Parts: sequence; structure tokens; C-alpha cells
Amino acid sequence: MDLTWSPAEEAFRAEARAWLEANVPRGLPSGDTREGFAAHLEWERKLFADRWAVVSWPERYGGRDASLWEWLIFEEEYYRAGAPQRVTQNGIFLLAPTVFEFGTPEQQDEILPKMAAAEQLWGQGWSEPGAGSDLAAISSRADKIDGGWRINGQKTWTTRGAFCTHLFGLFRTDPEASRHAGLTYLLVPLDTPGVTVRGFGRLDGDEGFAEVFFDDVVVPDSAVLGGVGQGWSVAMATTGSERGLTLRSPGRFLAAAERLRALAVERAGSLSASARDGVVDAHLRAEAYQLFTLAQVTDLVEGRKAGAESSLNKLYWSELDIALHETALQLLGPDAEVDGPWSRGHMFSLSGPIYAGTNEIQRSIVAERLLGLPRK
Amino acid sequence: MRFAPTPDQLELAGAVRELLTDACPPEVVRTAWGPEGDKARTTLWRQLADLGLLGAMVPEDDGGLGLTEVDLVPLFVEVGRAAVPLPVAETVAVLAPLLAAHGSPELGPLVAGDLVGTAELAGSGILPWAGCSDRALVRSGAELRLVDLTGVDLEPVTTVDGSRAAARIPSVAGASLTADPAETERAWLRGALAAAAQLVGLAHRQLDLAVAHTRERKQFGVPVGSQQAVKHLLANVLLDLRFCVPVVQRAAVSLAAGAPEARAHVAAAKAMTSDMAGRTARSTIQAHGAIGYTVEYDLHLYVKRSWALAASWGNVAHHRAVVADSLGLPPAVDPSALPWEATR
Repeated sequence: MDLTWSPAEEAFRAEARAWLEANVPRGLPSGDTREGFAAHLEWERKLFADRWAVVSWPERYGGRDASLWEWLIFEEEYYRAGAPQRVTQNGIFLLAPTVFEFGTPEQQDEILPKMAAAEQLWGQGWSEPGAGSDLAAISSRADKIDGGWRINGQKTWTTRGAFCTHLFGLFRTDPEASRHAGLTYLLVPLDTPGVTVRGFGRLDGDEGFAEVFFDDVVVPDSAVLGGVGQGWSVAMATTGSERGLTLRSPGRFLAAAERLRALAVERAGSLSASARDGVVDAHLRAEAYQLFTLAQVTDLVEGRKAGAESSLNKLYWSELDIALHETALQLLGPDAEVDGPWSRGHMFSLSGPIYAGTNEIQRSIVAERLLGLPRK
Repeated sequence: MRFAPTPDQLELAGAVRELLTDACPPEVVRTAWGPEGDKARTTLWRQLADLGLLGAMVPEDDGGLGLTEVDLVPLFVEVGRAAVPLPVAETVAVLAPLLAAHGSPELGPLVAGDLVGTAELAGSGILPWAGCSDRALVRSGAELRLVDLTGVDLEPVTTVDGSRAAARIPSVAGASLTADPAETERAWLRGALAAAAQLVGLAHRQLDLAVAHTRERKQFGVPVGSQQAVKHLLANVLLDLRFCVPVVQRAAVSLAAGAPEARAHVAAAKAMTSDMAGRTARSTIQAHGAIGYTVEYDLHLYVKRSWALAASWGNVAHHRAVVADSLGLPPAVDPSALPWEATR
């Protein structure tokens, strides 16, 4: 057991902290609005210019070849500094790992540098009106044509889809095959003729969602990521990263727990015994999540695979996030109804148990794969 | 950074687990509840002594294994998993290192397994394991005293966990061992850490029993464990448990390093595990249905020990309050006053 950082890691932390302190912008409007998204893009390009956008990527794609440990450190510092939300995250954290694993060298060279530079902005095209938790029920189809694919159908709940330039998604390429088989992972520029994107309001009212319609949209063969008919297994590689560490690093919750602590001190007059308990609980759980990930990264570094464990991460951080915000609202008393970071954070926290596979799905995965309870 | 037990630590824990699987099956815990308890305990204590476990935290020069709190966590997880009906934690984590530090002549017999030592520092007035112990570490104000229980007329206390052999703390002065606040605190934190680690093992055992039961038990023609409601109930138990483990490990790292955060980190570990213990007991009893609500089935042996340990060495409320202090939180206010009556 060694819970200390090496001098090199400490130096990396100091460099990140100093850069963030000097550069983090204050008071950006929400990145889930058109105006706010533009402001966030400016920030993303600044991150890229100084090679902080994708620290764990190879240098040739704009990264620093940072280790998983350094990535965790960067994330801690990022959230500690109160830096803006990452509007590029669905590309960087969800698509990129898949491109690194399954992409051809041409696809990697084409996609990754532009993604890192926030020139190509990627949205996720998985859910459909009839396929949410039951992802394998996807009915949007891509039919083989000479040299490519013709896509018809609809995707929905695409985060920031109205502001993205590209979409990665699963499409049914073999209508004869059932469910998980016959799906293909496709990469689609949203300016392709036949694509219609309509943004709509999330629970907080921001235009953070979009539905995407495909009417005879033609993409070339090179739009296939990881092989025709292989879509399910290719996609599962990203669900692991989405549920686990990379989407929600512990730094995010450590910073939120610290903001809650500061709120409790500031609002000492409304610190009831139950709110005090809530503050302690948020702190304990944020630290538990951090420590759990340190053990998990140790396992990854030493070659022990995480697998279904990532469902535990997802359950834990999503529930911690809600409890933390509920405590904040309690501390705010009558001010809780005011539109502000805590009330918005609370609404956003309620999406945690839904996206990346609902918590009900995750609990069934934990029960079946980690506990060995019978499927049926 | 390497946050995982070493191969040596895992090997030692494996050896203890192997021993306890044979030497402390549920029947032994059950026997400890009844009149034949003493014989079973004596054999088991001897086996633990032979493994060297009793002197785990005693320096090698004094005949111990020279291990630290970090090495002890996996061992106490195993002691918890088996619900060993003896004061292993009290002897190994609390009493033996103190006796070693003070060069006490009692150390040799204790480590050899000729004496059994218990401890109670919370000030509850009830001494767990009194009925099967020869020595007791008790607190008088800030002073720790060693009481010789030989020939003392004990007043037994019936506890929910019938294997605890508890009694009122006897009014015997005993011999002063230390009045050093740092040493007293360290003994207290070691006891709390050992309890937290045992709670992890106890929860594992309860969950294992619940999983085995719900895989086998059929209702409506299917295993009850194939029902989503049951799956999710037990998934929550694993979730709770798995996130307690690294918190307990960190507490051990801080305590072994003598870090100033040790107090808050042990408090975090004991608060979280005690909280988890309550939920785990409730959920695993529920998963067993009426079978879990009996004393004929083994589950209650582990449930009741976890209730006892959740309440010992500082309960949830105490340890949460310690964490709150470490965070610099102001005291809680009473929010019942109407707005115009508020005084602040």
C-alpha cells in the first residue's frame, strides 16, 4: 500500500495547477446553450493549444502521453480549479477510446487530431425513441450501396447534438439478424445531405439534447468503425469507459464535496443536524469513490481487468451526486428554488442514474456478473 | 502510488482464512453461545496463537510478527468473516502492542495464547468477552489500566450477540498502563480500525449466505435470486461493501504512518462500515425471508456480531461527528424555530 505520488507526478500536478490557475475562465454561460457552447469551444481550443485537452493521448495527437495516474491528477486539478465543463467530452472520453482500439490508422489520423483541437465535435447516436435501456432494439438502418451505406431512421437524446459537427452511432446493417447481431458502428458528419438535427430542452430547459433524423443519408465505407456487423462489441468497449472512470473522475466529486462544505460554513445558520450529516456523507462518499478508483487504477496498471466493476462506479457516483445536491438545496433553505448552480446541478444530477445505462440496468449487471445470481 | 495489498499481505490473510474455515465454522460460533462455549474457544485461541497471529503487532524482537495496521486489515476481515467468538481484535490490535511498548511481563503469555485479553475504551460500562478473558484493558478518565480478571466475580450482561460473553466492567482498579493521551488515542483508533475491518468481513459473509440462498431457493417456480427486486437488493449490498474497503485500507495506511489525518481517516472507516453493517443486515435478512428470521439458520450469528461491532469502538454518530470536526463544520442548529423567532 503506497498512497503517495512520485516527484514526477507531483511536478505534473504543480504544472497543471499553475496553468489552470492562470487560465481558467470565470462565469461562462452554460455549455448546453448555443451561446455558451461557443464560449466553451474557445476554452477547449485554449486547452488544446497548451496540450491540456487530451493529456493521456499520444503526443502526435496533441496529448502528453500521460499515465492513468497523471490523468487522475489532472482531473483532480481541473475540477479543483473550478474549470468549465468539457463540451468535447463525448468525443474525447467515449468515441476516442473506441477509435484507439478499433480504428484504422487512417481513421485515427483523420479523427483524433481534429477531435483534440475541438474542430470536429462529436455527439453520441445510440438511443432512439424505441431503444433506450434496451439498446439492442435499435431500428435505424444502414443499407449497403456501392461504396458505402444509406442511412434512414432517427436518433434522440443526443447530448449537445444541436451544436455538434459529427455523430457516432449504432445502425442496423443486417435487418435479418436479431438484436445484438447485425449492428454496425458508423461515423457520420452532420452536414451530410439528408441529416436533420433538432435541439430540444432538457429538464433544466437548456437545449442540451437533440434528435437527429436520417433521410437517405449516404456515407462512404470508411465511415464504418471496427467492422460491419461488429457494432455491438465495438460499442460495449465504450460503455465500459462511459460508466467507469473516464466519464466521471473522482476529482469532480471531491471538488463538489468541497463546495458543499464551503456552503455549509457560509450557511451555518441553516446547518441542521441532518444537513450536517449530509455534508459529512458527501465528503465520505467522494473520498470513497476516489480511493476506489485508486485501487482500480492499480489493478489496471498491473493488468487486472475491471469489466463489470465499472457498473459499481456508475452506481456510486450517480447516487453520490444526487445526495450531495439534495443536501445543498437543504442548506439553501428558501433560496433553493432560485435558478443557480446548485439547483441546476441538482437537475443535472438526476440524469446520472439514467444515462450510460440506467442504474436499474447496472444493478442487474452487478447482480448477475459480480454476484452470480441467475439471469432468469 | 500502489493502492492494493502486497502479495505477502494476501498470503497471510489467505492462511488465516484457511485456518478459520476449518477452525471456526458456524458451528463453533454457535457453540460459543451455549454452555459448551469455553472448550471451543480454548482450542481456537490456541490455534490462533500457533499461527503467530496473537503477536502480529508485537515487534519481532519481542517475539511478535512486527506487522503494521496495514497488514492487519486483511487479517481482521477474515476474523470478521468467521465471526471468531474471541477478543482477537482486542488482544492483537489494542492490548499486545501496548504491553510490548511498556515491556510488560504479561506480554509473553498473551502472545503465546496462555492468556486472553479484552479491552473496552468507550466507557460503556460493559466489557465484551469478559467471560472468556483473563485480562482487560479499561479506561479510567484518560488513563488506561490493566485489570486481572482472575477470580473476579463478574456480573454477566445478556447481549444480542450471545457469543460475546459480556459482563459489567468490574470495580477493580487494576494497574496503570499509560496516561499518555497520544498512546490512548492510538489504542482507541486501532480498536476502531479492527472493528471496521471485521465489519467488512462480516458483511461479506452475510452477502455470501444471501447469494447462495437466493440462487437455490425457488418460489413461483424460479430461483428468488432471478427476481429483479432481489437482485437489486443484493447488488446494493455489494456496492455499499465494496466502497467501504478502500476507506478502511486508507485508515490503516494513515494510522501506520502516524499521520495527523489518522483520526479522521479511522473515523471515516468506522462511520462508513457501521452504517453499511446496518443496511447489510437488514437486506440479507430480507433476502432470506422467514428463514433469515430464525436462530436456527446461521445468518443471525454474523448479523448480530455486526450489530455489536457497529455499536462498539464509537458508533456511526460519533465517528461522523469526528469527520465533521475535521472538516471544520460549524455545530448544527435547531431548525424548528419559526423564521421570526430565529435567534441568528
